[in-house]
Amino acid sequence: MSTALESERTFVDKFPDEARVVRAAFLSSFFALFLGAVFGIIQTLHRTDVARIIPSTDYYTVLTAHGVFMVISFTIFFLVGLFTWAITRSLDRPLLNIKITWTWYGLMATGMTLTGVSILAGFVDSIDMSADVLYTFYAPLQAHPLFYAGLVVFIVGTWIAGADWFRTFLAWRRDHPDERIPLQTFMVLTTMTMWYIASSAVAASVLLFLLPWSLGFIDQVNPTLTRTLFWFFGHPVVYFWLMPAYMLWYTVLPKIAGGRLFSDPLARVVFVLFVLLSTPVGIHHQYLDPGIAEGFKFISMTNTMFLLLPSLLTAFTVVASVEYGARKNGGTGLLGWLTHLPWRKPEFTGMMLAGLMFAAGGFSGMVNAGMNINYLIHNTLWVPGHFHLTVGTAVALTMMAGTYWLWPQISNKPIYSSQIGLFQVVLWFIGMALMSNAMHAQGLLGVPRRTAEPEYSGFDYPTMFGGFEELNIQIAIGGTLLFVSTILFLGNLVLTMGNPTASGLAETLPTPVSGPEDAPQVLDNLRLWVSIALTLVVLAYALPLAAIINRGGLLGPGVGTYPVWLAPLFDALADAAAPLLGAVTDASAALVEVGR
Amino acid sequence: MHIHAYEKLWLALSIVLILALIGTVTYGAVGPGVAMVADSQSTIDPAALDEDERFSEPRVEQVGENEYEAYVVARQFGFQPDPIVVPANSTVTFYVTSADVIHGFEVVGTSANTMVVPGEVSEITVETDEPTEYGIVCNEYCGAGHHVMQGKLHVVSQSQFENRGGDSA
Repeated sequence: MSTALESERTFVDKFPDEARVVRAAFLSSFFALFLGAVFGIIQTLHRTDVARIIPSTDYYTVLTAHGVFMVISFTIFFLVGLFTWAITRSLDRPLLNIKITWTWYGLMATGMTLTGVSILAGFVDSIDMSADVLYTFYAPLQAHPLFYAGLVVFIVGTWIAGADWFRTFLAWRRDHPDERIPLQTFMVLTTMTMWYIASSAVAASVLLFLLPWSLGFIDQVNPTLTRTLFWFFGHPVVYFWLMPAYMLWYTVLPKIAGGRLFSDPLARVVFVLFVLLSTPVGIHHQYLDPGIAEGFKFISMTNTMFLLLPSLLTAFTVVASVEYGARKNGGTGLLGWLTHLPWRKPEFTGMMLAGLMFAAGGFSGMVNAGMNINYLIHNTLWVPGHFHLTVGTAVALTMMAGTYWLWPQISNKPIYSSQIGLFQVVLWFIGMALMSNAMHAQGLLGVPRRTAEPEYSGFDYPTMFGGFEELNIQIAIGGTLLFVSTILFLGNLVLTMGNPTASGLAETLPTPVSGPEDAPQVLDNLRLWVSIALTLVVLAYALPLAAIINRGGLLGPGVGTYPVWLAPLFDALADAAAPLLGAVTDASAALVEVGR
Repeated sequence: MHIHAYEKLWLALSIVLILALIGTVTYGAVGPGVAMVADSQSTIDPAALDEDERFSEPRVEQVGENEYEAYVVARQFGFQPDPIVVPANSTVTFYVTSADVIHGFEVVGTSANTMVVPGEVSEITVETDEPTEYGIVCNEYCGAGHHVMQGKLHVVSQSQFENRGGDSA
């Protein structure tokens, strides 16, 4: 122990209680990753008709499980672990009350267990319970009430987690009234701000409509309304997955590359842009919905395109930071500096490959966002091809790579094998390159997503870039490589947990080249950003939601039995729209003034 | 705020790209006239389609010189009419609605693609060219039999269309 005391202290040495929470959250995350991967490989081989071990009617239970476990449990449990680490580390103080911390972790775990059980019960015919509604749970397809109830408990857990971090920040603020918000804390607070705004809509949809409906208290719901409320949440949630990856790219990757973050101010600008723009865009998932006016779709499209800006800025800053590290370590030349980077480290190579794939995903995303081109690829396999590059690689691979760096910090145990780690991240990249590329290509042929048997009788898909069968083989091979990669990651981690503890593992994060002192003070004014974000959300959503309710009623077209006590509310909403326009003008004028 | 010169250039190029992308969509709308599926149709009671003038008998109707309307019902797990028969070199407007859950309507290999939501009517207009056969698939998950939900679109010559018999499909 004496050597451990002499060397620099790791996170777990300084904050053992918080480190335990981080480890628990990560293990929940990786358990979900394991389940998601098992359902992933079943699904890949079934869809491509390589091996069908389940009846096609059960495919949708598999698909629901894969979606929910991957994009709700895996990503969000990782996020709460990472953010707990980031807040504690960057404020250099423990959380206010660790019992509250365990409470939100317990709520999240309970909620996800309830939802998970309701999904998996779909495999057992003798249990009268199922939730084969996929991750989007579009009504009128109805899940067991436990599915919706579990989701609500899970989301409430994340809300308390956010409150826990905000309270810890406020306590820090009382002790440091004049300091800039540390960058990682800033990232946590802005991301959680976005999450509160976004998740409120899905919580409302579940609590007001879907849960009462599944319990039989109301007869039906308005499918367009619940769908729109889902996408109000469903687009910003992708940034909720992505922000942990961004945090690692901005604050950890430059360190691993041997350098420093290029610009702290631009990192703050990027996170502020996500707060402002990530929610008023959800209607771009509904370009082909009847019942929503073209004008609202156009507004959403414009906002979506501007949402490219923070990611394009990130591409610059992250690459510049890595290049800075390479040149500091003797790299020269236009591209020669690339050879002076730690490519043997899985945490570095994993994050770099994830970033590279994110660029590709960004380009296919531009096609999705292009409202009229969207006709060609809407609900085709192109779309899952796209998001397996973004959430499936940019996020998932960065989380795995980040774990190789972070796990020793929160456990004092060195990674079992960096070589296996390196092999694993490269394997993921190759597997995803095959699978995602073929999915994009099949999408262009018109092959639909979300189907157990994409081979239909009586017609053939048009032939481009190789035929349907050939692309199926690429998808199957890619999916298998991804499964193997996941198992290697999990196996490496389990063996790491069996390692004896070691000393001297502490890593510190360097200060940026251009520090927070270069960032205008207004960037830290969270109240201002929240009010602008809410204004933009109201502008983008008040009228569409009012129009949807006006057309179809609260509980669906053709019934008109919605409770009258709500009618004055909609009139008020319509009346409110006009002054809100004035408010946003005032706000932007104020902003210009503050900017000066 | 200190911003590196290269970063300023990158920022400028990014904004140009964004404006150009918005420009392409705008051009698609006003140039070639790509209209979005929208709220042009009024809502409908999905439980009473059999009382509806258009959807009680799903069919294709001539409404003008070389102009046709197809009234299509999607339900678990098929489309009506099936096949949908339309004449070549004509303008066809599809009106698609659902009798139960959310479906998709996609003419494979073309840009004719829309969500089908119960209570709403999706309207899309297409130009047909030479006689051929297309597959139609439901591209939104609609229940355990989703993968069998398919249909056919037959584009036939004008004379074949006129001689298709008493069957209105």
